[in-house]
Amino acid sequence: MTADDRFTEDFREQREEEVIGAISEVITGPVADWATDFSHLEPEWSADPYPIQDDLRQRCPIAHTERFGGAWLPTRYEDVAAIAYDTERFSSRSIILSNFRPPRELAPIGGSPPISSDPPFHHDARKLLLPAFTKAEIAKQEPATRAFCHSLIDTFEGQDVVDAAGDYAQHIPMRVIADMLGFPPEDGPQFRVFVEDLLEGINLPSDERIERVSRLFDYLLVQVHDHIDNPREDLTTYLINAELYGQKLAPDHVVGTMALLLIAGIDTTWSAIGASLWHLAKNPEDRRRLAAAPGLLPTAMEEFLRAYAPVTMARLVKQDMHWHGVDMKADDWILLSFPAANRDPAQFDRAGEVVIDREVNRHAAFGLGIHRCVGSHLARLELRVALEVWLARIPEFTLADPAAVTWAAGQIRGPRTLPLRIR
Amino acid sequence: MKIQIGAERCQGHGRCYDRAPDLFGEDDEGYGKVLGDGVVPPGQERDARLAAANCPERAIDLLEED
Repeated sequence: MTADDRFTEDFREQREEEVIGAISEVITGPVADWATDFSHLEPEWSADPYPIQDDLRQRCPIAHTERFGGAWLPTRYEDVAAIAYDTERFSSRSIILSNFRPPRELAPIGGSPPISSDPPFHHDARKLLLPAFTKAEIAKQEPATRAFCHSLIDTFEGQDVVDAAGDYAQHIPMRVIADMLGFPPEDGPQFRVFVEDLLEGINLPSDERIERVSRLFDYLLVQVHDHIDNPREDLTTYLINAELYGQKLAPDHVVGTMALLLIAGIDTTWSAIGASLWHLAKNPEDRRRLAAAPGLLPTAMEEFLRAYAPVTMARLVKQDMHWHGVDMKADDWILLSFPAANRDPAQFDRAGEVVIDREVNRHAAFGLGIHRCVGSHLARLELRVALEVWLARIPEFTLADPAAVTWAAGQIRGPRTLPLRIR
Repeated sequence: MKIQIGAERCQGHGRCYDRAPDLFGEDDEGYGKVLGDGVVPPGQERDARLAAANCPERAIDLLEED
């Protein structure tokens, strides 16, 4: 067997040049008018985006901003769905809205396939991952996840107030995805830094952002080399050995997909678990009902996913066009807000209310169309087990200090500090 | 009542086999599939309707026979 020489320094330098592309001016500060100057990075949005989205849906359903070099924000379900389905006119080559526009030549693969890929490549890259993420395959993670949740709650012994975001929700997806990728479980604190670098450091000066993103790739390369030397039964070894079109994957495909699985699996589920516990802490009737009837949890969980959908994606407009009443330009961003779609009264009865026994709930928390979240079965498993264990062990809890709750800024929204009084 | 999945619309959300595991299953890639011949046994019509009503892609067709 010959040594795997795909993962050398040359590949790193080449990758950085390819991915960065055009840089636009960083504009920050208070929003003048959400219809013409929106920013999902301002504190008003992260604190409570729903009134803003509801207002826009009424008066300006496709909002615009000059920030980020130009971006659009549709807030109606039908517009969000139409964009998600229209891969001809909207590219996924970057799905994190920032001040960097990757060059068009990066399509159809993108920096982190398959989430960043367009057809036809997307289908083949996604097909490589699907068998590892079926419901049946993911079910194998349940016993270890449940035991891990219990071990986290064991650490609360003797405490009256705990941080449900930092001391519970955060750790669950980190541990599960580290196990699946075959990374050291004690590296969790580093993962948090990578997540913040990638998803929250959007308006940092470009040099600093590049530097931060490259820390993630340095880490992933260490893991790749470790797995080349010591192959094992995990997703990293699987990706290193995987083949597409009769050849092993390109090195940036391997590392880009590892980045995707690591980052996309953490922040999102952490947010969903935290938002659900936040809701239950604030709504004692719902909390008591669920603690008494755990069989309702799968239904309630879908409602939490609808009402507090953590994930907003981005697209890039491919060509100048008039679209649903607005004039979009090539390379304009689209902030594809599944949270806004999920609260559209034209699609959902009592859209602004959380109805934990909502039986018909065609929400779009995991996206729509070909990019449906590949980890959705994993996310649902983690969310269900995390809530089951919490409610069984800690049926009584309240917000210890509502003013101390903080929410992540950016495209993934969920509590980052959530002090709960548990006794 | 008969159920069928429009394979070109299904994206593997799995809401059907979560909600109605007696009627739907998943294939090796997580896409939904109809179990058996797709004829809904008496008494399970409500499960079939709810599975269809919860599919984010509207990929499930209910064929009512009478």
